[in-house]
Amino acid sequence: MTTPLLEIDNLRVDFDLPTGPVTAVKDVSFSIGENQTLALVGESGSGKSVTSTAVMRLLPEMARISGRIRFAGEDLAQASAARIRQLRGNDISVIFQEPMTSLNPLQRIGRQVAEVLKKHRGMSGKAARTRVLELLEQVGIPEAQRRIDSYPYELSGGQRQRVMIAMALACEPRLLIADEPTTALDVTVQAQILELLRDLQRRYGMAILFITHDLGLVRQFAERVCVMRHGELVESGSTAEVFAAPRHDYTRMLLEAEPHGHKPPVAADAPLLLQARDMRVRFTTRKRLFAADDVFEAVRGITLDVQRGQTVGIVGESGSGKSTLGRALLRLLDSQGQLRFEDTDISGFDKALMRPLRSRMQVVFQDPFGSLSPRLTVGEIISEGLRVHFPELDRRERERRVIEALEDVALDPLMRKRYPHEFSGGQRQRIAIARALVLKPDFLLLDEPTSALDRSVQVTVIELLLHLQDKYGLTYVFISHDLAVVRALSDTVLVMKDGVVVEQGATESVFADPREAYTRELMRAAFVDHAA
Amino acid sequence: MTSSSNASADDRSATVAGESLGREAWRRLRQNRAAMASLVMLGVMTLACVVGPWLLPWGLAEVDWNAFGVPPTLEGNHFLGTDANGRDLLTRTLHGGRISLSVALVATLVSLVIGVLYGAIAGYMGGRVDSLMMRFVDIMYSLPFMFLVILLMVVLGRNILLIYAAIGAVEWLDMARIVRGQTLSLKRREFIEAAHALGVRDSKIVLRHLIPNSVGPVIIYVTLTVPKVILLESFLSFLGLGVQEPLTSWGVLISEGTSNMQGAPWMLIVPAVFLAVTLFCLNFLGDGLRDALDPRTR
Repeated sequence: MTTPLLEIDNLRVDFDLPTGPVTAVKDVSFSIGENQTLALVGESGSGKSVTSTAVMRLLPEMARISGRIRFAGEDLAQASAARIRQLRGNDISVIFQEPMTSLNPLQRIGRQVAEVLKKHRGMSGKAARTRVLELLEQVGIPEAQRRIDSYPYELSGGQRQRVMIAMALACEPRLLIADEPTTALDVTVQAQILELLRDLQRRYGMAILFITHDLGLVRQFAERVCVMRHGELVESGSTAEVFAAPRHDYTRMLLEAEPHGHKPPVAADAPLLLQARDMRVRFTTRKRLFAADDVFEAVRGITLDVQRGQTVGIVGESGSGKSTLGRALLRLLDSQGQLRFEDTDISGFDKALMRPLRSRMQVVFQDPFGSLSPRLTVGEIISEGLRVHFPELDRRERERRVIEALEDVALDPLMRKRYPHEFSGGQRQRIAIARALVLKPDFLLLDEPTSALDRSVQVTVIELLLHLQDKYGLTYVFISHDLAVVRALSDTVLVMKDGVVVEQGATESVFADPREAYTRELMRAAFVDHAA
Repeated sequence: MTSSSNASADDRSATVAGESLGREAWRRLRQNRAAMASLVMLGVMTLACVVGPWLLPWGLAEVDWNAFGVPPTLEGNHFLGTDANGRDLLTRTLHGGRISLSVALVATLVSLVIGVLYGAIAGYMGGRVDSLMMRFVDIMYSLPFMFLVILLMVVLGRNILLIYAAIGAVEWLDMARIVRGQTLSLKRREFIEAAHALGVRDSKIVLRHLIPNSVGPVIIYVTLTVPKVILLESFLSFLGLGVQEPLTSWGVLISEGTSNMQGAPWMLIVPAVFLAVTLFCLNFLGDGLRDALDPRTR
C-alpha cells in the first residue's frame, strides 16, 4: 500500500485566549491519498476550518499545534516557516468561502493569478500571461482574453470563485483545500463549480480536502467523509457507508436534520389576507440632470394572493428580486401596483398611515447577527414594538408580554436582561421571532430566516415556526433559496427569476412536476430529489 | 452554537438584575483601573483649578517685586516659581486651567451635541436633505477660521464668550462628518429595517438605534477634540483674539514659556505638564468609556 499524500495524526489545536486555553481540535486523525476527495463535515464551531488551516499553518500565533501533519512524508507541524511558504500555493492551495472578499479589489485579476506563478515558478511577463490565460480558460471564464484585465468588481460571484480556483491551480498543487467553496454561491452556480472541481481533479490528479456543512454536497462529491463535532472526529468512513449506516448519533442527527414533512393545507375558502396586483419596484441607479434617470426594475409585475393561515414560499437565486418583493409587500419599500391587506388598500400608504398596521404585519430577517441592535438588551429589543403600538401598557404589563413572547420561542425569560452578542445564531433568530410575535401579528414575512443557521438549528427554528403558526393562526410569506425548507413549510410556492415569476402553484405539484426548465434546473442543482 | 433549543443552557449572569446600559457601563468602567485613575486625576485637576487660586497666597496679577523669574522655591511661597514679571506660576497655571478646561468642556459639548445630532440626521434622512445639510458643512469648512472669529468679534464684542462661540462653531463640523459616515453604514443594517417594520418613529430610530451604535468613534474623536480645542484657544489668545492679560490659559502660558525656554525652563515645563497630564487622562478615560459603553466587552 502506498503512503497517503496527507496524513493527520492525533492533531490537537489549542488557542491561548486571554480567558484561558480553549481546545479547538482534539485528537483528529485522517488521511487522504492522491486523487482522492475527503470531506470534512461539521456545523459551525466544530473545528473543521481550524483543522484545514492547521495544515496550511495559517493559524494565528496564539494557537498551539501538537500531533503530526505529514504531507508527502514531511511533517508540516515541525517544518520551518520558509519551507511552509514554499509549499503554500505550490503543493498545497486553498479556496476560501467568500469570493467577494478574497480577491484584491484594486488589482486586475490576471495580475493576481500571475502573482502565484511569479512567486513559485519565477514566471513573468509574457509567459505568465499565457499561462494565466490558459488557466482562466480551464476554469471556464468566458472571454478569458478580455476578462484577464478585468477588476474583481466586474465579475459575478461564481466567476470570482473560478478566478480563485485558477489561482489555486496555477502551480498544479497536489492537495487542494476547499473551505466551503460554494456556500456563498447560488445553487445553480454551486453545481457548476463542483463540476469544475471534479473535472480538474481528474485532469491533475490532485487530492481535495473538502470542508462543508452541507451533507447533500458530500454525498455528491466526496469518496470519504469525516464528521466533526466540538473539535472531535465522531465518525469517518467511505461516504456510501456513512450515509447508508451512520454509526454515531450525531451523524444520524445531521442526516435526519434535512427538513421534511408537509404543512397541512388551509381551507379553500379561507379569506384573503394579502393581495398584490402587478407589483413593481424600481430603483434609481443613477441620477441624471438633463435626461431620464437610470432605473433598475427589481420586481416586474408580480401578482400574489395570500390566504389567512397560508404559507407562501418564494424561491429564487440572489438577485431574483425575492427580498425586494418581500419588503414591498410590507411597504418597507415603495412600489407600484395594487396592494391590499384584508379590506384596506394600502398601496401608496406612507409611514404614518402604515404605522397602525405595522403591529399586524411583521418581519424576521436573515442575518441573526445584524437584525438585533447590539446596544439594547433582549428585553428592550422585544418591547420596542409594544412601546410604539401599545403605549398605554405599564411597565409590568410590558414585561409580562415580553416574558410570554420569550416563552413562546422557547427561550428562558431571564434572558431578557442580556445583550444579543451573548447568544448563538439560532437563539438570536428566536429573539427576532419573539420581537415580531409580541405584537400578535396576523402576517409574518420570513426573509431567509434559516439560511444563516446550521442544519440542526435550522430544523428546530422551522419546527418553532410551524408550531407558532398553528398556535396563533399566523400567515407566512417565506422567502428562501433553500428548496428543501420551502417544500416542508409552504402551501404554495412562487419561483422567481430576474424580478418575474417563472412558475407558481401548489407546493407539491410544483415540486413533483415542475413545468419550467428553470425550476427543473434549480431543483436538480439543489439535490432536492436526493433529500426527499 | 449547537444547542439553541436548549434555552436555559447558559444563565450564568441571568440572575443579574435588569441593569440599564448606563449603570452597567459604570460597573465596567470601574473595573478599568487606568480609566478610574484618570477619572480621579481629572477630578483632582478640576478641583485644584477651581479652588486652588483662592487657597494660594498669591493673586493672579500680583507681582512679587522680590522674585522675577525665580525657579521653584519655598521662599515666598512660589512653589513652582514665578514668571518673568514676578507672578506666581502655580497660581497662574491653576487660573489658566479654569479657562482651558472650561473652553475644552464647552467646545466639546457643543461639538458633541450639534455634531452628533446633525450628522445622524443628515445620514439618516439621506438624499436631498443630506446633500443640503452636508453642503452647509462644506461652506462652514471653507470659511477661513480667522475671518469667522473677527466676524464674531464684531458681533459679540471682545468677550471671553467669543472663544467658546468661535471654537464651538467650527468643532462640530468634523463630528458631524464622522457621525454621518457611521450612520450611512448603520442604516442599511437589518436592525434598523426591523425598527421600521415595527413602526418606530424616525426620531426614535435616530436616538435609540443610530446614535448609541456610533458611540465608539464618537468618544475617540472627543478625546482628540479636547487637546485641539485647548491649543486652538492658545492660538487665538496669541493673536490677541482670545483671553487677555492678566487672564491667562494653559496655551498662553505654554507659548510664553517657550520664549523663555532657555533661561527659565520651568515656565514651559509647569503648564506643559498640567496640559499633558490632562490629555493623558482624557485618552485613558476615553478608551475606558468606549469599552464600557459597548455591551460586547464584559
